[in-house]
Amino acid sequence: MLYLYNGALDVPKILKDWYEEEAKSNYGAYIPFVGTVRSEDEIEGLSFDIYEPILFSWFEAWQKKAKAKGAVIKMAHSRGDVLLHESSYIAAVFSPKRRVALEFIDEFVEDFKASAPIWKYDLKDGKRVYALDRSTAIKGSGILGVKN
Amino acid sequence: MVRVEFLGPIQKDALELDIKNLNELATILQGDKEMSEWLENSAVAVNDTLVSSLEAPLKDGDKISLLPPVCGG
Repeated sequence: MLYLYNGALDVPKILKDWYEEEAKSNYGAYIPFVGTVRSEDEIEGLSFDIYEPILFSWFEAWQKKAKAKGAVIKMAHSRGDVLLHESSYIAAVFSPKRRVALEFIDEFVEDFKASAPIWKYDLKDGKRVYALDRSTAIKGSGILGVKN
Repeated sequence: MVRVEFLGPIQKDALELDIKNLNELATILQGDKEMSEWLENSAVAVNDTLVSSLEAPLKDGDKISLLPPVCGG
């Protein structure tokens, strides 16, 4: 369950919807992570590009891992501009017992940061500036740069 | 022909190339000075699956994507 939205996420609605979707599913734990845009370096906000085909296949691989442990992952992310103090990312894990959900949310969010095909830009003076210094090269990057 | 797409912040139009494998693509892109930095830090996907080797053969209609460093959230 991966949901993409144009612009900022409606956090209270999404968290409520997810809660209600699983309220009768007999999960003992619901652990959400919400990412919010902070004011720093004089940015006006952030902006995102997403490559959806690989994002969906990456997410499905994680959903299979979660299912094998009786858990389910939900994720929402923004496309385009998200301003200060708005939210661009929510991930949540539901599981029968808390330990699985606590471990999964940690592993999932870390791999999301390192692998999900999403590109972040700072919004400064109305322009998008690619946040290269905060970005991570996907595992296996650089093969086209190797000289024969 | 294969189609090569440059994703995210790489400001480059897609290419249509007559090549048989990714080694040929590497040679072509290494000749483009504006691409040199991106080649060092980008991942490569063929038909939306990430690849770790340049050896796999390409066939007519394949889609190749270059994915520069990511930062979701």
